[in-house]
Amino acid sequence: MFDAVTNNIGFLMGGFLVTLELTCFALAGGIILGAIVGLGRISKRKWIYYPVTGYVNFLRNMPLILVIFWFYFVMPIIAGRPLNPFLSAVISFIIFEATYFGEIFRAGYQSISKDLSAAAYSTGMTYGQTARYILVPIAFRRMLPSLITQSIVTFQDTSLAFVIGLQEFVRRTSIVDNMEVRSIQLFGFVAVVFFIFCFISSKISRHFEEKGRKTGLL
Amino acid sequence: MGFAYDFDWGVLWRQPYGMWLLQGLWLTIKIGFLAWIIAFFLGICVGTLRVTPWRWLRFIAAAYTELFRNIPFLVQLFFWYYAGPMLFGDILGRQINRIMDLNIYVAVIALGLYTASRVAEHLRAGFASISPDQYQAVLSTGLTQYQMYRYVIIPYALRIIMPPLTTEFLTIFKNSSVAMTIGVAELTFQSYKIDAETFHGLEATTGAMAIYLILGLTVVRIMGIVENKFKIPGMIGR
Repeated sequence: MFDAVTNNIGFLMGGFLVTLELTCFALAGGIILGAIVGLGRISKRKWIYYPVTGYVNFLRNMPLILVIFWFYFVMPIIAGRPLNPFLSAVISFIIFEATYFGEIFRAGYQSISKDLSAAAYSTGMTYGQTARYILVPIAFRRMLPSLITQSIVTFQDTSLAFVIGLQEFVRRTSIVDNMEVRSIQLFGFVAVVFFIFCFISSKISRHFEEKGRKTGLL
Repeated sequence: MGFAYDFDWGVLWRQPYGMWLLQGLWLTIKIGFLAWIIAFFLGICVGTLRVTPWRWLRFIAAAYTELFRNIPFLVQLFFWYYAGPMLFGDILGRQINRIMDLNIYVAVIALGLYTASRVAEHLRAGFASISPDQYQAVLSTGLTQYQMYRYVIIPYALRIIMPPLTTEFLTIFKNSSVAMTIGVAELTFQSYKIDAETFHGLEATTGAMAIYLILGLTVVRIMGIVENKFKIPGMIGR
C-alpha cells in the first residue's frame, strides 16, 4: 500500500532533514536580520530609513522563486567561485524572509508606547533595566504569534529551494516518484508530513495569541 | 583568480529573448486572473460556511482552510499535477494526461484552491469585525440566514477586507511563479529558459524582477482606485 514510501524512507527522511536544516538557518538568520531591518524601518535618520524601506518593499513584491534564482546566479560572481545550492539557498532565504520578519519587528517596536517607558523610568529604572525587564518582554510576547506564523511560512517556503536542485524533501520525493511513479502516496506523504508540522505550530501560535488577548497584551 | 563576468543586458530586448519575457508576463497575468476568479468565489463560499449555524458545514470549511494553508503550495501543485489524474483511475487518468496545456490548467486550479483558503480566512476576520447587533438587525427585518449573508453581510465584509484582499491579489501573481516547476512557461520560467540558452541568467532574472515590480505597482494602483470606489468610510480594515 505505502511501499514506495516505506522502501525509500531513509532517502526521503534525509531530504526532510535537509529541509529542517535549511529552515533553521533561514529562521536564525532571517530573525536576526529582521530585528535589525525592523529598527531601520522606524529610524528617524533618512539615510537609514529610505534604503531599508526600499529593500523591504522591493523584495516583498518579488516571487521567492525568482529571488532564489537571482542569488543562485549572482553569488558565484560575488564569491568568485561556484557556490553549493544549500549555501545559496540559505543566503536567499535569510535576505528574503528578513523583510517579512522586519515588518513584524517594526510592528512590535511601534506597539510599545512612550508611556510605558516613562512609567518604568519614573520607578527609578535605568534605560538598560527598562529595556531588559519591561520593553523587550512585552514586545516579544506581542510579536510571538506573528513570529511563529512567519516561521511556518518560512518552513513551507524552503520547499522552493527545489528549483536550484537542492536535494530537500520535495526534490527527493520527485526523484523517487520519477522511478516509482507512485505519485498519490509519495506526494500524499510529503503533504501529510508538512501538514502535521505546520498544523501543530499554528495551534501553538493561536494558543499564544489567545493568551495574549486574555491578558490584554494584544 | 577572478571570476570574470561579461554583462550582456542585451538579452532583455534582443529577439527572441525579449519576446519570451513578454510572453511569460502575459501568461503570468492570465494565470493570476483566472486563479483569482476561482479563489474569490470559492473563498467567499468557504469563508461563509465557517460561520454557518450548521456544525458539519463549519467543520468541512475549517478542514479545507487548515489543509490548504498548512501544506506548501509547491507540494499541492505537484500533488494535483502528478497524482491528480491518477485519482480518476487508469483510463480516465490517461485521457486527462493527454489534455493539451494540462500544466497550465492544473496551475490555475491549484493556485485558485490554495488562495481560496486565504481569502476565506480574511473574510472570516471581516465577519468578526461586524458587530453582532448588525446581524440581529438584519434578521429582525425578516430576512433568512441565507439572504442575510447574500445581500448584507458578505458585501459588507468584502468592502471591509479590501486591503488584505489587495495583498492576496498581489500574492497570486507572485505565487504563479511556482507553476514553472511543472513547466508552465510564465515569467520566471522564461527568465530561467534565457539562462539555459545564453548563460545570462543574472540579466534575465533581473529583468524579470523589474517586470514583476512594474506589475505589482500597477496592480496596487488599480486596486487603489477600486478600493476608493467601494470602501465604506471609516470602516476599512488596515
